[in-house]
Amino acid sequence: MTSFTVNGAIHSFDGDPETTLLWYLRDVAGLTGTKFGCGQALCGACTVHIDGQATRSCQTPVADLEGRSVVTIEGLSADGSHPLQVVWREINVAQCGYCQGGQIMQAAALLSDNPHPTDSDIDAAMSGNICRCGSYPRIRAAIKLAAERT
Amino acid sequence: MARSADAINVSRRAMVFGITAGALVLALRAAPPANAQATRFGGAAMRGGIKDDPRLFLALDESGTVKLLCHRAEMGQGVRTSWAMVVADELGANLDRVEVVQAPGDESRYGNQDTDGSRSMRHHFLPLRRIGAAARRMLEEEAAARWNVDVSTVATDQHAVVHRTTGRRLGFGALASGAAARPVPLPDTLVLRPANEFRFVGRDRIPLVDNHDITTGRAVYGIDVRLDNMAFAVVARPPVHGGKVKRFDATETMKVPGVLAVIPIAAPALPSGFMPLGGVGIVAENTFAAIKGRSRLEIEWDDGPNGTYDSAEYRAALEVAVGRPGDVVRDDGDADAALARAPRRVAATYYTPHLAQAPMEPPTATARVGDDLCEVWASVQSPEAVRTDLSKRFGLPREKVIVQPLLLGGGFGRKAQPDFAAEAAVLSRAMNGRPVKLIFTREDDLQHSFFHAVSVDRLEAGFDQNGRVVAWLHRTAGPSIRSIFAPEVTHKAAFELAMGAVDVPFAIPDIRVENPEATAHTRIGWFRAVANVPHAFAVQCFVAELAAAAGRDPKGFLLELIGPDRLIAPASLSDRWTYGEDPKLYPFDTARLRRVIETAALKADWGRRRPDGTGLGIAAHRSFLSYAAAVVEVEVGRGGEIVVRQVDLAFDCGALINPDRVRSQLEGAVVQGIGIALLGEISFKAGRAEQSNFHDYEVPRIDGVPKDIRVHMVKSSGYDAPLGGVGEPGLPPVAPALANAIHAASGARFRALPIQARTKPQLQ
Repeated sequence: MTSFTVNGAIHSFDGDPETTLLWYLRDVAGLTGTKFGCGQALCGACTVHIDGQATRSCQTPVADLEGRSVVTIEGLSADGSHPLQVVWREINVAQCGYCQGGQIMQAAALLSDNPHPTDSDIDAAMSGNICRCGSYPRIRAAIKLAAERT
Repeated sequence: MARSADAINVSRRAMVFGITAGALVLALRAAPPANAQATRFGGAAMRGGIKDDPRLFLALDESGTVKLLCHRAEMGQGVRTSWAMVVADELGANLDRVEVVQAPGDESRYGNQDTDGSRSMRHHFLPLRRIGAAARRMLEEEAAARWNVDVSTVATDQHAVVHRTTGRRLGFGALASGAAARPVPLPDTLVLRPANEFRFVGRDRIPLVDNHDITTGRAVYGIDVRLDNMAFAVVARPPVHGGKVKRFDATETMKVPGVLAVIPIAAPALPSGFMPLGGVGIVAENTFAAIKGRSRLEIEWDDGPNGTYDSAEYRAALEVAVGRPGDVVRDDGDADAALARAPRRVAATYYTPHLAQAPMEPPTATARVGDDLCEVWASVQSPEAVRTDLSKRFGLPREKVIVQPLLLGGGFGRKAQPDFAAEAAVLSRAMNGRPVKLIFTREDDLQHSFFHAVSVDRLEAGFDQNGRVVAWLHRTAGPSIRSIFAPEVTHKAAFELAMGAVDVPFAIPDIRVENPEATAHTRIGWFRAVANVPHAFAVQCFVAELAAAAGRDPKGFLLELIGPDRLIAPASLSDRWTYGEDPKLYPFDTARLRRVIETAALKADWGRRRPDGTGLGIAAHRSFLSYAAAVVEVEVGRGGEIVVRQVDLAFDCGALINPDRVRSQLEGAVVQGIGIALLGEISFKAGRAEQSNFHDYEVPRIDGVPKDIRVHMVKSSGYDAPLGGVGEPGLPPVAPALANAIHAASGARFRALPIQARTKPQLQ
């Protein structure tokens, strides 16, 4: 039995210990904001925060989460008011929107470590997150706008 | 969770859409629409045609909430937002009081629902306006009757009807029930709102209707559907198209905790159309267990007739094929004679590989199939195609096959082919009606796509003694999309040839286009911009090569080749398709092509002095009835590394309905075009796709695209002129402009894509 929190709520799991956090969140806990994109930590669609660090949930066995704190896109803010969520809407970053939860979670970890990232900081932090629609120019603009406001 | 539950109910809710149950729905009208006479073009020519009866699409309740049923798939192009803008404007509604509901698949009710071909706004701008205008009239008439005034003295104003002379005001909600009881006005009596009264259409940065859900993780995509007692599945498919299972042993699979069942799926006979490929389904308590179970499956395949497909050998064979004459598909003058007498000839052969669409949400569907009802929730571009297949497969009447599209996490053409929906349905049936969610893993997606077709294009041109191009011979060879339905197909279809092969607008007297044979050995399907991608790459690179051969500036040379401003009838280009539209409404307008070229060049400061190792390339292409030109700036490093510095894309699609979504589509097209030019290739050995995930099928990332992607709109017409498409036409000019820029920067000419997978360019 592994116990941990997701968005502040206590979860415990005693299934196959190899089960990854991604599929636990989506299929067991019903938190579908965390997306499947590649299953190999190549695309970032499944990014969540574990103890504040941006982490690929598709490569994280639930068994490793004892006592740890997971935050998903659903829990980033209570009402969509995180500064990145706000600018993401202002700039209409999304096209299909599928990858954007992972993008926002990655960007949120970036800004909490580095409130005023340069272009190359943004490249370094965000290059693991694929957007097939090509919203990259707006992702960059949104991160900068959110950084300006802090 | 709550939003997921809503998604589950949405089909039922949508099914009762239009029936009064608290919501007041606009009443029946007696006569057919004025545009109902048969025409062979546009939306009217598509299966199911166009419907514009407001009671099918609009509901207004006493709170004043307008519900708009959107019957095209949202896959990032912004259709849900853009359609709401159009209807809100005609209706006089406030956009934030319009709720967009996704329609289930039902073409007999809603008209055609294929979301493809860059058509959703092109075909529906006017029908949507008629829907809004009809409902507005009913509201105005109801208000006028209540006030006992002439209807000409009332008007809508921000979700209310006002009496102009007295200022009296009634909100839409208060008018809903009375308005709904009024007859729907006939379409030919409708007065559409003049453009200067639009409050949303044409305005920039309108927020997406799904913005809040997307940014909070609450948006429900096909992959997010949840049903009670749902099981989860993946399928092990034959790695070779046309193969089947020889034998399998699921002993180890069944030991994986959570695995519920292992279900063989019969392989279809070729051609397999949209059918599933067959194989072995693994159904489990969760997706992790299903994937793990599949990895323990022992399975042996019979590869079938395509087991020797090798894409490198195929390329070589096509290169031989384009060295010989093929079916003549355009023949102006006598290109052979003109080439024979030309004092100078230039020839080059180009290659574009297979690609996989690779939407971030891979193909996915959830199905619940009982004895007399089949329900599917899926990320599909064509829900009616799912109904057609499943009603046949299960012997159910069409109305017993309910297909609810959810948001698509990208499509790019892959989800036009709903093989995955049938897989989910077959597995649910085998599980005695237990709901099953089927996903493609990324490996499945890349190896079992409907692949973008390979194309080999050989071009040859003759110069006269004055350096003018007097002869043009283009041979294009590659498998056709039609091959998935008919194995005897060995030539590109008229619609594929009219995507940039025959419809070149050049003022050259002798032009011939030929199409040698090519047989498909894997599934070929739709990919954003389709055959325009290889054709534009070859033609626009070749034009730059001709300019170089003539010692001319590529932009001036391209404009000279296009020649004087004129309207060209598609038939005179041997274009027998014109994207399904009336050729009289959509001549090839060379002035529009010229203007986008000049705009892109001007904005990019074409001709400026550039540092060594830096170069500009230009390309222009008309597709989907829109005109696009790209100028790309590239820096080629000493080691051959390529950095795309800046892209200027000029675009003319006619009037702009939702400028922000036009821009975002073009930004995306630039990014995807860079990927096609530099990175993307699916190759085959022994019939198997060699790539498996994003480590070996690379796509652009944020650090590989320029910070400066600049999109420039060239507005050529007002809202009354025929519209062009938006989703696809930005893509074709990007890769050739980039290849031309590499040539300008380094002297290296790349004629095969993707460039970075091949020899790195060396500075000369």
